[in-house]
Amino acid sequence: MNWQKSSLREALGKTLLELGGKIPNLVIINADLVNSVKSIYFQKAYPERTIEVGIAEQNMIGIAAGMAKMGFIPVALTFARFASKRAADQISMCVDYSRTNVKIIGAYAGIFTGRQGVSQQTIEDTAAMRAMPNMTVIDTADVIEIRAVLHFAAEYDGPVYVRIGRDEWPVVFDDTYQFHFGKGSWLREGGDIVLLNSGLLLSYAIEAAELLAQEGIDAGVINMPTIKPIDKDLIHDVARNVGAIVTIENHNVLGGFGSAVAEVVVEDFPVPIERIGIQDEYSESAPNDDLAEKHNLTAPYVAEAAKRVLQRKHAYWPKRQWKGISIKI
Amino acid sequence: MSREDTEIDDNEVKKLKFIAQKVRKDIIETLGTVGSGHGGPSLSIVEILVTLYFKEMRIDPTNPNWADRDYFILSKGHGALGYYTVLSRRGFFPREELFTFECLGSRLQGHPDTLLTPGVEISTGSLGQGLSVSVGIAIGVKMKGKGIRSYCLLGDGETEEGNVWEAAMSAAKFKLDNLLAIVDWNGLQGGVTLEVMPSLEPYAAKWEAFGWQVLDIPGHSIRALLQAYREACKIKGKPTLIIARTVKGKGVSFMENRAEWHSKKLEGDLLKQAKREVEIE
Repeated sequence: MNWQKSSLREALGKTLLELGGKIPNLVIINADLVNSVKSIYFQKAYPERTIEVGIAEQNMIGIAAGMAKMGFIPVALTFARFASKRAADQISMCVDYSRTNVKIIGAYAGIFTGRQGVSQQTIEDTAAMRAMPNMTVIDTADVIEIRAVLHFAAEYDGPVYVRIGRDEWPVVFDDTYQFHFGKGSWLREGGDIVLLNSGLLLSYAIEAAELLAQEGIDAGVINMPTIKPIDKDLIHDVARNVGAIVTIENHNVLGGFGSAVAEVVVEDFPVPIERIGIQDEYSESAPNDDLAEKHNLTAPYVAEAAKRVLQRKHAYWPKRQWKGISIKI
Repeated sequence: MSREDTEIDDNEVKKLKFIAQKVRKDIIETLGTVGSGHGGPSLSIVEILVTLYFKEMRIDPTNPNWADRDYFILSKGHGALGYYTVLSRRGFFPREELFTFECLGSRLQGHPDTLLTPGVEISTGSLGQGLSVSVGIAIGVKMKGKGIRSYCLLGDGETEEGNVWEAAMSAAKFKLDNLLAIVDWNGLQGGVTLEVMPSLEPYAAKWEAFGWQVLDIPGHSIRALLQAYREACKIKGKPTLIIARTVKGKGVSFMENRAEWHSKKLEGDLLKQAKREVEIE
């Protein structure tokens, strides 16, 4: 499919600028990298609401918590690796356990970071953030979703971690898109199998459903930006009524979105799942398309995974009549 | 009257000393009743906390979230028992509640929990983090143009944490003259002396090099503490650090300067002796 592309980090920078105009007590705590994560736009428009702490992410989080105590809405922002894991204990103590109203943005989340290699990629942040009891974790798929999610996060009362990518990326949604906190949404109806996506690989999921349709397989697509709290009801419905799931994420398959879905499925109604994502290995420096291919993330791989899951579904339940899910998209 | 001009009179010093004695008594009683808690690191900070909470800070125990209050953070969260006894004496919660310390369902956790305990601003106990939060508060105060002050109490060993020095650098950058950090320099950490660790010396010079005003004072002297707080209010454009030279386990002879009393259980004859020693004559 021919997707129009738009820069993810530009969307981040422009949305922060927009939020600066909308929310007078929103402040940004930068740990360097203002040109990379595009908080430079906010900084130029609102220098008095920009705090630069230098390359000191642990301090960034503590300061953000202190400013939240003073009634500000602090956005702590840097590359996901540093925003999440470098400051993980500060986030746990000062933000999550203390439940301060801090918004943490992990930019350059996942592996698509402009050929910069492992040290600038982040494949464990969702796992780390999701294990914190008070944390909300949201991944974003395109520029439209980034804008909607950031508006939500700024107005939500409590700690939020948002994953955002870097590069020019397929625009999947249009202006009618609405973010529903804690809810997945159907992008394509399907009764044989459901492809559950969170984050940047959404275009591959949609393309995979097309490929499957060509082979007579009715594959649904759900986008689920909120990883925590996860949409248990929708996952229950899919497991009980469809019985086959592929999860898709720009993260290690250990501890991320796929794990979150699998936890819900095995506790309610175990059905076969395959998890598309980084298979517990470090990535490398390369153009994005090459990395997507190397890690088996593109549409053909998703479609192959779906067919394997379908085989297992039929092997486990040769006689079960699956209800399917009827929805209006 | 501005803060720096406040007189320190003898009666007031006497009164604060008396409160400090009562606080020590509460600490020992709680340690004995509960059978657990960090005795040494609580006893060393009694005068610091009493002078802050009964004289220096603008607070309202009946309204812990009063918007214009001064903010205090116990970065050395293992001093929680000392902190709670002072908060209860000051009226943040009933004294009897001290005896629920570290028990299931209590509002008084082993280390401070902001969501549970009235007066606690941020949860601490994982060392090295409190000063950054105090810096954030002080920045927020400046942005709002208020006269609120931000206080942070750190342990000496705690300043081995790198996060402390990140916070120190940023406090100087933002010229936080409304920030006062106090280091409880008792010379011991956990079960050992500071000397076995990578050296923090030259300590005062380090903080000065990071852009702070440094005051080095005897940390159990009520008058010296009050005077240092006055000094801290006077300086413009930079934060102040007070190195408070204290004695770990202060007030109980067999606990003083003994590393093993960091968190050892106080019971039997030693408990009786400790109670006698902190008895108010």
